[in-house]
Amino acid sequence: MIAELGHYALALALCVAVVQSTVPLYGAARGDDILMSLARPAASAQFLAILVAFGALTHGYVTSDFSILNVAQNSHSLKPMLYKVSGVWGNHEGSMVLWVLILALFGFAVAAFGNNLPPSLRARVLSVQGMIGVGFLGFILLTSNPFERLIPAPLDGRDLNPLLQDPGLAFHPPMLYLGYVGFSMAFSFAVAALIEGRVDPAWARWVRPWTLAAWTSLTGGIALGSWWAYYELGWGGWWYWDPVENASFMPWLAGTALLHSAIVVEKRDALKSWTILLAIITFGLSLMGTFLVRSGVLTSVHAFAVDPERGLVILALLTIAIGGALILFAIRAPSMKLGGMFQPISREGGLVMNNLLLSVATATVFIGTLYPLFLDATTGEKVSVGPPFFNAAFVPVMMPLVLLVAVGPMLAWKRGDLPGAMARLWTAAILSIAAAGFVWSQQNDVAFGPIVGFAFAGWLAGGSITEWAERIALFRVPLATSLARAGGLPRSAHGMTLAHLGLAIFICGAVADSFWRQEVVVNAKPGETVSIAGFDLTLDKIERTRGPNYQTETAHLSVSRDGAPVTTLRPERRFYPVQQMPTTEAAIHSTFLADLYAAIGEGGDRQGWTVRVWHNPLVPWIWAGCLVMVIGGLVSLSDRRLRVGAPKRRTNAPSAAQVAGAD
Amino acid sequence: MKRLLTILTLLLMLTPVATPLAVEPEEILSDPGLEARARALSKNIRCLVCQNQSIDDSNASLARDLRVIVRERLVAGETDEAILDYLVSRYGEFVLLKPRVTAATYALWYGPWVVLAFGALGAALFLSRRRNVERAAPLDDAEAARVADLLREADADQGQHRDPEARS
Amino acid sequence: MSRLLYLLPLILFLGAAGYFAAPILQGKDPSTLPSAMINKPAPARDLPALIASKPGIDPASLAGDVRLVNFFASWCGPCRVEHPLLMEIAESNAVPLYGINYKDAPGAAVNWLAQLGDPFQRIGRDGDGRAAIEWGVYGVPETYVVDKAGRIQYRHVGPLSREDYQEVILPIVERLREANG
Repeated sequence: MIAELGHYALALALCVAVVQSTVPLYGAARGDDILMSLARPAASAQFLAILVAFGALTHGYVTSDFSILNVAQNSHSLKPMLYKVSGVWGNHEGSMVLWVLILALFGFAVAAFGNNLPPSLRARVLSVQGMIGVGFLGFILLTSNPFERLIPAPLDGRDLNPLLQDPGLAFHPPMLYLGYVGFSMAFSFAVAALIEGRVDPAWARWVRPWTLAAWTSLTGGIALGSWWAYYELGWGGWWYWDPVENASFMPWLAGTALLHSAIVVEKRDALKSWTILLAIITFGLSLMGTFLVRSGVLTSVHAFAVDPERGLVILALLTIAIGGALILFAIRAPSMKLGGMFQPISREGGLVMNNLLLSVATATVFIGTLYPLFLDATTGEKVSVGPPFFNAAFVPVMMPLVLLVAVGPMLAWKRGDLPGAMARLWTAAILSIAAAGFVWSQQNDVAFGPIVGFAFAGWLAGGSITEWAERIALFRVPLATSLARAGGLPRSAHGMTLAHLGLAIFICGAVADSFWRQEVVVNAKPGETVSIAGFDLTLDKIERTRGPNYQTETAHLSVSRDGAPVTTLRPERRFYPVQQMPTTEAAIHSTFLADLYAAIGEGGDRQGWTVRVWHNPLVPWIWAGCLVMVIGGLVSLSDRRLRVGAPKRRTNAPSAAQVAGAD
Repeated sequence: MKRLLTILTLLLMLTPVATPLAVEPEEILSDPGLEARARALSKNIRCLVCQNQSIDDSNASLARDLRVIVRERLVAGETDEAILDYLVSRYGEFVLLKPRVTAATYALWYGPWVVLAFGALGAALFLSRRRNVERAAPLDDAEAARVADLLREADADQGQHRDPEARS
Repeated sequence: MSRLLYLLPLILFLGAAGYFAAPILQGKDPSTLPSAMINKPAPARDLPALIASKPGIDPASLAGDVRLVNFFASWCGPCRVEHPLLMEIAESNAVPLYGINYKDAPGAAVNWLAQLGDPFQRIGRDGDGRAAIEWGVYGVPETYVVDKAGRIQYRHVGPLSREDYQEVILPIVERLREANG
């Protein structure tokens, strides 16, 4: 009954979406206020309907209603509740419902909080958002209905792969989708602007919160997935350049470019065509990712149900959405007014370079990911493009970008003083050299990779801090005044500093782990000791016990350093008799500076056990850096100015913070 | 912070792992230089029965066989290139995770550079079109006085003033 | 001119979309690899016999006629699925069938053949899988067409279906038979 309600709600949402995508658009073209005003209630109604559907599906999982085919295929009565709920989106059909839910959520948010938008723009934005909803709701109802019944219902479900029953993996898809699908709003704004024929600073300010929210979520979602892979998959890798990973990374890169490009539109009324194009491309990459995961054209550990027919439908939706937007772009963009002028050496110029480098980075990942596909389609030859290629091709593009990130914010708008900016960055230069020197001194045999990597990270960190310090005139005025200024700075300034710092922290972690990871693989009998990176791990015993639905062999490894005990690691080898599936549980000891990571393999009391230990320096900084980036994004989002619509005239004299420099 | 780490550590103590453990102790060569070469080579060789893993990462039996072959050949004194050539002769270029630069892969290796070139060209053109920042002649006295008058009027009208240039 | 520039994104996008559609429309399976050993001599390895009554495989035995070489194992499920077809091929005498037993315990393989039938004229034992790697095998079952000169001319990955056999393999076999060496 509830499942049928859910099914009905989806159909209802589709009808509402059809109305939402046509009537307000027509109303905006005619200037008809009443028709335009239909957009907001329609968007809200669509969201509520899909929420009901999502709730119905969740109810089916929570109550283990195996008469619903989707629940029977992906759930089991003995699963813990958290995984029953996360199982809702752990499969193709359910995750598509989550997809349209978030699509509608963003539409609802604009309807509810977009009071400051001019009615015609709001109507058009919600119409475009509605069109996307029509496409995907139709896709769900016609090809991927989660509410199909299974009669007679089985006694129990097929269960979720034990691998997926994990908290990290439970939250990874929703965060990822908030990002991925959230970029649809930037897309809708872009298309609406093209329809209106007008892109102005006000538009950029309205677009920013949605883009920022999506970007922040995507950063968090990707980081969560990477962290999960690290502790889950057993040898401490955190990024594999897997096609599906790349499919989420490309929108992130393009979305970062979009975020920065929109700043120029907002401040200087320039780079309009670029920004519109980036908004279309970013969402296009999101849709492409949705396509890749579900169509089976690329092999990947991540791939969902591989169904080429569904893939074709998604491809059709992708073609219509992006093709249509690009046609509109080709028609409308040339006639958009040219914006503010600026010198090549200026903050605008720096942001143009930022756009360029991020676009090249996106293109590099795109070419690498899809090359096997393209080559196979053209000549039938099969090649593999794996991590070695991406590491070789991607890193060189990002390096000049990292250098630029420190310099750009130091340049003034319109006409920048590069020598002056570089001179003011002396702190960054010192930090960079100090980092390089420190790394060099710690090495036994000199390798340039870490030296260069840490030098870049030091430069970036120093530059970010310098810029922030300049704004609050640190050390040039009394500390109290500086702190007051810091409090008066717009939050987006703090957000920017945090985000750039987060990137620097991330680079440190990534470089350290890539170059300094150590691995020891030995065969050990109880009583023997393994040494790595100054730690001694002694295999005390192997304990054989039972868990709720598995048997386990747990190794007790006493970890000590210089004789002093540090911790006990208990890696396991489990066997799940129901699924006939062995799994291995790694044990990780995390400190601020490194991870000690242990796993055990096969073995027996007579022949000994395979013990693998890794020492991963600075690995926690990888996720700490991402977390700082997310915090930066959230801080920026909380900027009150984002809630104001068109820039308002201030009624008091400009504060000292404003005078200190452009934002 | 420490408590958070402790909690995290405890949480992470029990984490299921799927295809974990690749290189077995008995495979490891006694010569560390050769072993390092073996690991480096293995990272570049695709496991053909896995989803996007190298033979260094996978515990599939074919991956193991290939790892052993790589090590045997290294011990026999073959060069890295020769070993990769051997595998390519049996399995095709597909077995290499870092594709060789051949006519078939020019677009792959040079593509990003082409994009960079076009993009840089576009950016340069774009920036040069934009550089016409007015280098206006400085105001003469009459004009300066007129400007001052206008500004005073504007202040009087609205009780405020903002220089659009300085506005961020 | 600049108008055309604005069309560029659209053109690039449509091109990319076409490339996405192609593999789906062509029905390609991204996990099937073409053999890198086409037109190369079959690996020159002596494979010991599995059953005392049946000879093993040596390079000489692969020349002289067009043959099918099938890699199988008793632990391989899809091998079981294709086995009845192999029995039919053996009975029809259309083309000689050799078998290579891949990474199997000899006793298990013998039992398996006893149970399901033995369609092979010769069976070679590849206990450690090295010979298979020489052939470029990456899974079982795989079936190769070897020409009169002992060169590999075709590979079929996965269980052999009747369609594959009649519509693809037999024509290749006939073409090779008519050719001179």
